Amino acid sequence: MPAPTAETPDPRKLTTKHRASDRLFRAVVTTFSFSALIILTLIGLFLLIKGFSTFKEQGLHFFTTAGWSVTQDANGKDVGHFGLSAMLLGTVLIALVALFIAVPLSVLTALFLTFYAPERIRTFLVSVVDLMAAFPSILYGLWGFFILGPMAEYWAKLINKYLGWIPFLSVPQPSFTRSPFIAGIVLAVMIVPIVTSVSREVFSQTPLDRVQAAYALGASKWGMIKAVVLPFGSSGIVGGAMLGLGRAFGETVAVYSVLNIVFRPNWHILFTQGGNVASMIIGQWGEAGKAEVSALLAAGLVLFVLTLLVNFAADFVVNRAVKSGR
Amino acid sequence: MTTIQPIRPWAASKADRAMTGASLLSAVLLTALLVAVTPLKGKLAYFFVFFVVWFVLDSILIARRFGTKGVRDGLAAKITLFGAVIVMMAVASILWATISRGVKGLHLSLFSQTMRTTSFTDPFSHGGMLHSIIGTLYLILIAIVISVPMGILTAIYLTEIKGRAAGLIRFLVQAMSGVPSVVAGLFIYAAIILNTPLRNSAFLGGLALTILMVPTVTRTAEEVLNLVPRDLREAGLAMGATQWKTVALVVLPAARSGLITATVLGVARVAGETAPLLFTVGVFDSINKNPFKGGSGTIPTYIWAGLTAGTSDSVQRAWTAILVLLAVVLILFTLARTLGNKKMKAK
Amino acid sequence: MDNSNNENQNDGDDMSTQSPATKSLGDVAAKRAKQNMGGSAPLGVGLEARGVHAWFGKHLALEDVSLDFSAGTVTALIGPSGCGKSTFIRTLNRMHEFIPSAAMAGQVLLDGRDIYEPGIDVTKIRLQIGMVFQKPNPFPSMTIGENVLAGLKLAQIKHEGNKDDLLEECLVRAGLWTEVKDRLGAHAGGLSGGQQQRLCIARSLALKPKVLLMDEPCSALDPGSTLRIEDTIAQLSKTMTIVIVTHNMQQAARVSDYTAFFLAEGGPGHMVEVGPTNEIFSRPKDERTENYVSGRFG
Repeated sequence: MPAPTAETPDPRKLTTKHRASDRLFRAVVTTFSFSALIILTLIGLFLLIKGFSTFKEQGLHFFTTAGWSVTQDANGKDVGHFGLSAMLLGTVLIALVALFIAVPLSVLTALFLTFYAPERIRTFLVSVVDLMAAFPSILYGLWGFFILGPMAEYWAKLINKYLGWIPFLSVPQPSFTRSPFIAGIVLAVMIVPIVTSVSREVFSQTPLDRVQAAYALGASKWGMIKAVVLPFGSSGIVGGAMLGLGRAFGETVAVYSVLNIVFRPNWHILFTQGGNVASMIIGQWGEAGKAEVSALLAAGLVLFVLTLLVNFAADFVVNRAVKSGR
Repeated sequence: MTTIQPIRPWAASKADRAMTGASLLSAVLLTALLVAVTPLKGKLAYFFVFFVVWFVLDSILIARRFGTKGVRDGLAAKITLFGAVIVMMAVASILWATISRGVKGLHLSLFSQTMRTTSFTDPFSHGGMLHSIIGTLYLILIAIVISVPMGILTAIYLTEIKGRAAGLIRFLVQAMSGVPSVVAGLFIYAAIILNTPLRNSAFLGGLALTILMVPTVTRTAEEVLNLVPRDLREAGLAMGATQWKTVALVVLPAARSGLITATVLGVARVAGETAPLLFTVGVFDSINKNPFKGGSGTIPTYIWAGLTAGTSDSVQRAWTAILVLLAVVLILFTLARTLGNKKMKAK
Repeated sequence: MDNSNNENQNDGDDMSTQSPATKSLGDVAAKRAKQNMGGSAPLGVGLEARGVHAWFGKHLALEDVSLDFSAGTVTALIGPSGCGKSTFIRTLNRMHEFIPSAAMAGQVLLDGRDIYEPGIDVTKIRLQIGMVFQKPNPFPSMTIGENVLAGLKLAQIKHEGNKDDLLEECLVRAGLWTEVKDRLGAHAGGLSGGQQQRLCIARSLALKPKVLLMDEPCSALDPGSTLRIEDTIAQLSKTMTIVIVTHNMQQAARVSDYTAFFLAEGGPGHMVEVGPTNEIFSRPKDERTENYVSGRFG
């Protein structure tokens, strides 16, 4: 700070005045910018407060058991038995099926769009993929139930017939409707746009000099992609897949429409029995009493934390991929 | 010298194209033949057999000229095309199902009547979804009023003030965009309905949608503000304007159409959200003019009710409503695109 | 090697101190011409450009260039920025076509066969005509050794014989062997800029190209590294045809047998004059060439 001199007061007053309005402006903007932090904190806080009684009563059983019922004890008081294990298992299972289908499709689509498609087709397809991301999830639900369901049931039978010897592709009974497999396909279609656009973005940032170097060494297009694009873009693909995973964890309406929700752990993905925390919540909400509402809010908190963690990780991976330039 | 015409010897020649066409055509014919004479049946069989046959035929053609390296290159190109085609088939199937099934239930009274005297299981020619359309408009309006200032101010913080917390904020906004919609609804329920006298209403639904809309608006607005040239800001500041005046009078007007795009994209993101409304808006089968009190119909909950009622008439209502919803989303999406393109061209 | 002192003195600032340069450039070139006298006899036919034009969209960037690169010679392409010399060198191994709106006319003959002939396998062309770029661009995810042999993998060529021998041979020829022989497994990103550029040269050599194109290979490097690359070029010129684009006229005088001068003059780039390097630098036929090599413009 330079020492003030006698001549400066007047201009100083002026700048102070300007600064005041700017300070207010900056203060307002900065305050609002923290809304994301405040909202996220409040979500966690309120779900914790309102779901706390469930965490206290159920303890670890909330995560390790699969039952979901309210009974009345001798005094006619409601006693809840709430366990999320089947739903958590189902959530992960469905999301994995979705990733297994969506990631290869998305990477292929992104490669096609970035390196193979002629200009006009590229522009058109990019808009279509963006539009897919804007489809309401209930549309996917309707489509999944009425159009995809019957087709996927047939595919599930084929898979079971030829690959049924693989444990998780077997079924306890030959019933293939509304299975985690079908829910997984619906989710796959829903996350394709996310994974595709992240992959495409990373692919298009491949350094041109490396691409040229590969071509100058006599590489074919595929040779170039294998040697330059995929090593460069791999962490972007991983990050995009994790963003898709976060979306898949939290999907509600679409999964509820196509999945037969049963409170029993089931890892036979082709079998008509499954679960998903988010869709279980809306399924149980209608007739829930006070204790059960608390349990559902607690389940919401679990879901919130889960998706937040996946998104944090995805953000980290994607940012590293974009920044590092490797 | 001026008579020399530019050529592109690397582009596919007529002979190449004829070759490609011939191999495609013969692949189609061979596929039809194979499906006819072998036990392979169905759409699935057509699809996969066609690709396999085409791979083989085209590879033979390529191998003659370019050897195994060319075959591998061609195979890779076709597999990426294969992936893109599967994705496009899913989109086409979704669009076709919506249009072909939805159109059957379209009638004028849909936009002039409510479900006040009609039940979902009544024949679908009765009743309408006017109340739902009005309810959704209320919800969207409320969400815009809250989330657009919030999103744009956050974006201004990220691009104009560039404070120390910018990295953290960007990270949190990204995290917020991953909040499941069902959690947004549960939060409003837990925080407001369980703690205050306020009950289900369009306003609370709007609040839930705000949570989902803010990240989209923020991120798009940030991108748009970053496109405003630096010298515009410096010109403003150099004329002696405060940062506040510069942002308000120079930066924001320069980015106006982009900010509208941000809003439109945000609306497209939340217009079809269903899950949060089930906890916050409640149901009402007639027009509710008061967004702060009483339940309200919305297009997504209308679809939901049609789907869960499960009769053919109620499901028909759901398909028709989803067609209306899809049309709205499509219009919003096209609007955002056109505005966005105009902005790019003005650059 | 007797002129190395001279070279060192002039290095780095040759563009700015050119008033007395015409004579000394001519001397340097004459000295090199003498050294090469009775050296390598022409190998094969070499590369020939006939009436090459290049467009970017509707913009004609290069007009009617015909140039003969005899086998076993070094040709330098000089000229001010934007004169089309880089565009021209990229038409010689079909890198020009990667710009989406690009078009061309004319022929480029390698050993008498047009490389733009329809139906030709372009990847095979690029195997015979290697290229080194302005900015060193080794593959960062590969080790030094893998980088040298990357071309074999990329082009899916089976190398007969010992890969280690090939690796050593290429690195020796690129003048890098002694510096990296103990750390072939290290990642290429750790090398200095000059070493990376020599690694890129070694990478091209592994494919045994007939022609090596160099697009301002030293412009991103310090003077010391520049000299090492020039030594490498001198060694390589005995066994292959080299075309080098350079902004540095000292370099053109030091390394090339022939020099071609390109100029745009507001219109499309074209070739003003080509001739033996010592003639271009000591008694150019065209006034514009003289003005350029004497530093009066450009």
